[in-house]
Amino acid sequence: MRNSFTAFIHKEILHIIRDPRTMLIALLIPVVQMVLFGFAISMEVNDVEVLAAAPEITPAVEAKVSQIAHNPYITFKGYIATEDVDRAIAANEAMAVVVFSRDYGRSGEAQVVVDASNPVTAQTSAGYLTQILNGTRSASAPGITILYNPQLKSAYNFVPGIMGLIFMLICAMLTSVSIVREKETGTMEILLVSPIRPVMIVIAKMIPYLMLSCIDLALILFISKYALALPLSGSLAALVVTSLVYIILALALGLFVSTIVDTQMAALLVSGMVFIIPVIMLSGMMFPIENMPLPLQWISNIVPARWYIPAMRKIMVEGLGFGYIYPELIVLSLMAIALIAVSVKRFKIRLQ
Amino acid sequence: MATADVIAANRLTKRFGDFTAVDAITFNVARGEIFGFLGANGAGKSTAMRMLCGLSTPTSGSGTVAGYDIATQSELVKRHIGYMSQKFSLYGQLTVRQNIALFAGIYGLKSKEIKERCQALAESLDFTKEMDMPVAILPLGQQQKLSFSVATIHNPDIVFLDEPTGGVDPITRRQFWEMIYKKAEEGTTVFVTTHYMDEAEYCGRVSIMVDGRIQALGTPSELKQEYHARNMDEVFRRLARKAQRQ
Repeated sequence: MRNSFTAFIHKEILHIIRDPRTMLIALLIPVVQMVLFGFAISMEVNDVEVLAAAPEITPAVEAKVSQIAHNPYITFKGYIATEDVDRAIAANEAMAVVVFSRDYGRSGEAQVVVDASNPVTAQTSAGYLTQILNGTRSASAPGITILYNPQLKSAYNFVPGIMGLIFMLICAMLTSVSIVREKETGTMEILLVSPIRPVMIVIAKMIPYLMLSCIDLALILFISKYALALPLSGSLAALVVTSLVYIILALALGLFVSTIVDTQMAALLVSGMVFIIPVIMLSGMMFPIENMPLPLQWISNIVPARWYIPAMRKIMVEGLGFGYIYPELIVLSLMAIALIAVSVKRFKIRLQ
Repeated sequence: MATADVIAANRLTKRFGDFTAVDAITFNVARGEIFGFLGANGAGKSTAMRMLCGLSTPTSGSGTVAGYDIATQSELVKRHIGYMSQKFSLYGQLTVRQNIALFAGIYGLKSKEIKERCQALAESLDFTKEMDMPVAILPLGQQQKLSFSVATIHNPDIVFLDEPTGGVDPITRRQFWEMIYKKAEEGTTVFVTTHYMDEAEYCGRVSIMVDGRIQALGTPSELKQEYHARNMDEVFRRLARKAQRQ
């Protein structure tokens, strides 16, 4: 039966090559997402517009302001009068205003007024300014050493998240659609009457998407290293093994979807709504799991990406190896095995 | 077994919950016969056919196809049958040649044999440049003829045709039946369901299913005599009128 199996894989590959949309989804989406998240969408706060207000511009004030103006994240916009502070913030002339008291530098103090209509930028801007105002050698401020991502680049955080998303998208969505399409057109019936075993149909369906995913993995690593300058200092073997387990898990999810729905549209909806959204919301990609209410934290445990993405962070950003990611790897492997078993069983039952 | 019956069904039954789709049908089909399997929609034809093809397991009763038990040896059954469904079921995106190669490959033909079959099919279907065109752009009649050729690519003992001529013009239907006759002469048993009563006349023997049971079985002329009918259409109407379920 080897011949029939290879004939079938050949056909699956032809399908993908013949359908430019599939190729586009599989190869373009990863690149676009990497570029978007890596460069365009950023959680860093840049270009904070700052004004200064002081009753008189003493040398002490001038020294501080020049420090502020030289900070790369801050754009200094000039001085205003103390009574204009509220108006300047309301008129969106600046994100924050530093208000110096009359005898600043001797006994007086400085105050930061910040526009918190966006709490994230407000907090970060206030942080930048407090750091400058306190000075680096202030006795009360603790020394902060930022490990792994000293520049706090968001790409470091996003790349593992995008990987979790893309493999789910390509593997689960494309596999489920390709199996359901055969049900819709009636070719599945012909295949089931043929001597090719159902398990073989399933495996033959998965192999081309597994290959596509490997290309994507290489593509993502290439972009991470050369365009986004991720260190990628961890174990490459651990990265590839964990990713393969996750990819196989996603393929099994796609197969599982195909056993419960009968139309391509439903397959798309289910993989889109039920798989992609949890990856974004519950995996820790965007929102820290520690901050979620307990029930959501429990639910997050069944989202595969919640295990994959932290493992990728450990390897890609912290530079660790198998020794530190084995709990995640074990959970992912168990999930994959369970899903494959359930889906293959369900796939067979459908034939009756 | 080898000489006589290629299909033997003995009180074959399929129940879905309380509903008995196929109710203890018994019949035999001999080698090389063209057997028409008629019945109104919902009479249980498709379910019976699915059981014979090994797609569905019987609730009770037994049957053999090509000498293999349909309940316990369905994998062997599948190797000796061809199947063409009422839905067009080749891969539209793939070319004629790729479709042939795929199904020939699935049935375990060697690449040299596949090339020979492609050649032979191209001649018999009168395809030249069509061989490398996507199947989806061929006219429906040619698609159906191709489906039939692909379903019999591995020279199966039996070929099951589920309403093969649906939506096809009369001339193409005629040509299609010529292909069926030719295959039957070569020794392939043809098991065919149809809605067209004129096609029923082309069959060697026909059975008519009503409400999951076989109500009539015989050659078209026997049935016409028995029901004092001028043609098969009348025979069918008389039997189908008695149906209880829709």
